[in-house]
Amino acid sequence: MKPAINKGEYFITGDIACAQGALAAGCRFFGGYPITPATEIAEHLSVKLPKVGGTFIQMEDEIAAMASVLGASWGGVKSMTATSGPGFSLMMENIGLGICTETPCVVVNVQRVGPSTGLPTQGAQGDMMQARWGSHGHYEIIALAPSSPQEIFYQTITAFNLSEKYRLPVLIMTDEMVGHMSEKVIIPDPKKIKNISRRRPKGRKDSFKLYEPGPDMVAPMPAAGEGYNIHVTGLTHDTRGYPIINVATHKQMMTRLIGKIRTNLDDIIQTESYRLDDAEIAIISYGISSRTSLAAVEEARKRGIKAGLLRLITVWPFPEDKIKQLAERVKGFVTVEINLGQIHQEVQRCVGGKVPAFLVGDFGGTIIPPERVLEVLEEAF
Amino acid sequence: MAANVKKAQKKSSHPLDDLLRTDRIPSIWCPGCGIGTVFSACLTAIKQSKIDLKKVVMVSGIGCSGRAAGYVKLDSFHTTHGRAIPFATGLKLARPDLTVIVFSGDGDLFAIGGNHFIHAARRNVDITVICVNNFNYGMTGGQVAPTTPNMAKTTTTTYGNPETPFNLPLLAYASGATYVARWTILHSRDLTGSIKESLAKTGFSFIEALAPCPTNYGRRNKEKLMDILKKYQENTIIKNGAVPTQLEIDHKNGVVLGKFVDVDRPALGESYEKICRQDK
Repeated sequence: MKPAINKGEYFITGDIACAQGALAAGCRFFGGYPITPATEIAEHLSVKLPKVGGTFIQMEDEIAAMASVLGASWGGVKSMTATSGPGFSLMMENIGLGICTETPCVVVNVQRVGPSTGLPTQGAQGDMMQARWGSHGHYEIIALAPSSPQEIFYQTITAFNLSEKYRLPVLIMTDEMVGHMSEKVIIPDPKKIKNISRRRPKGRKDSFKLYEPGPDMVAPMPAAGEGYNIHVTGLTHDTRGYPIINVATHKQMMTRLIGKIRTNLDDIIQTESYRLDDAEIAIISYGISSRTSLAAVEEARKRGIKAGLLRLITVWPFPEDKIKQLAERVKGFVTVEINLGQIHQEVQRCVGGKVPAFLVGDFGGTIIPPERVLEVLEEAF
Repeated sequence: MAANVKKAQKKSSHPLDDLLRTDRIPSIWCPGCGIGTVFSACLTAIKQSKIDLKKVVMVSGIGCSGRAAGYVKLDSFHTTHGRAIPFATGLKLARPDLTVIVFSGDGDLFAIGGNHFIHAARRNVDITVICVNNFNYGMTGGQVAPTTPNMAKTTTTTYGNPETPFNLPLLAYASGATYVARWTILHSRDLTGSIKESLAKTGFSFIEALAPCPTNYGRRNKEKLMDILKKYQENTIIKNGAVPTQLEIDHKNGVVLGKFVDVDRPALGESYEKICRQDK
């Protein structure tokens, strides 16, 4: 069998880098549906997956795509799908099933402009709150927002690792600009990539309990066909996996589903700070907008404005502590994102009115140029 | 004494107990419901097939029939409404060594899940789909389904159903299923036989099992349970190989039962292996 990835330097788009990252992470099942601007991920994997013993299937819609990904994951195979806004909306119910049944998988959303069909070929960052709350009920989710093809490659691997470790669907919330831009991507030697796989159960099969957690609040996961007689349901269930329809069981289940994320924030959350040490103004941004924000920081510094950037690589769970710590020492915040203030509201919540917090946002379809950020830096502070 | 009681209990156990999560019995199914009979036919067929039970998986959607996955002592998945088939498709493609059975109801498989049914049949995914057809949505209290007969009463068609129901075997045949059969719960041996045949077969199999829902459909349409069973006995015609276009459920002239389709064509897993995985 051919190697899944070939090390070297490539000039590729974010979408292709994402597909390469998935192969490097050990993804061997992709169930998808064509949608601009995420189609290239599916196309690339349709070529590569069968050659490494994996499976690609183009399903009849995104609902089916997400269901097939969950099914394959319970078969013991690392699985993913990739889509954009409308497809992401259709996947929501089964993302919830993945949360409730603790099914590891990766969902990529190459964001385009919404609502509805919107601007299919142009980028935005308008699905950030949908990523957080798009499926019904109250739950925790992990969402990453890479800002370059190289970073998509690595963050796709991280997404698989987090999904396998904490047993949940992990979302990659990239955007059309990053998905479609071509840049240098260095693909390392596969031996240098650290892949995590779901913890497997040990001990007696007849007394096995599907949702009996370990000290990290995560239960080991068998695959179908191994003799554990597992029952997996989206109904509220007890540690055996049996549906128990009462408030006490629900509380117990949810305490763990939420707890396994909230007690491991230090392990999950990744951010990157740039010139924040002496900064008076903190820019909060992610994805493509963090790159234009970086240019704004450079220019601001030249003009004597002490700006710095906190780039969110993990958007959910939200890096609250980082923002709260910054709020103790900076004079103000500017959130830069291609929507009308989804993450900005989170920033405001964490800042708690201690200092002013501004938004540089947009309806979508275009990047936010550094000049617009600079204007706010110069006029507001 | 205690040992005797235990022994007596062991003796009185059901022959299918080894395939049941007995700690979850009694089921939620109402007295007179037909799902249990289809469920036992399915379990009997699994048992008779002598397949390694470790490798048999049941996937269900939502609804009364969808609860079957919760009672079977096999690897079992109770998924979202209508999505049992695409879940099963992913599972089967990822794990070709598994025998995958989708057990669900008519509303789940043919209203909300209808699109997935036709595509899985077209692709010839190697799974067996068993549909308990009780002509209405039982779980939610008896609403109209895509199988409800014209003019029948349900809670959302109190004036009579203005729509026309699906001819399910025709839909399965037209979509590309390689095995299609229909029985009633009164024909449990034939039903078991068909399920057993379909499990041995590679390809997309579809079995429709007509079943009473006395609590909802029966009550609103003045059908007493015994009358329904009588109808299943007296007003059915067994006609193997019948033409699928002539399989509308006709309660006046008789409902046609039997095995209608049993053909071979390469299943998806096999074609994928040959066409996509082999180095050219």
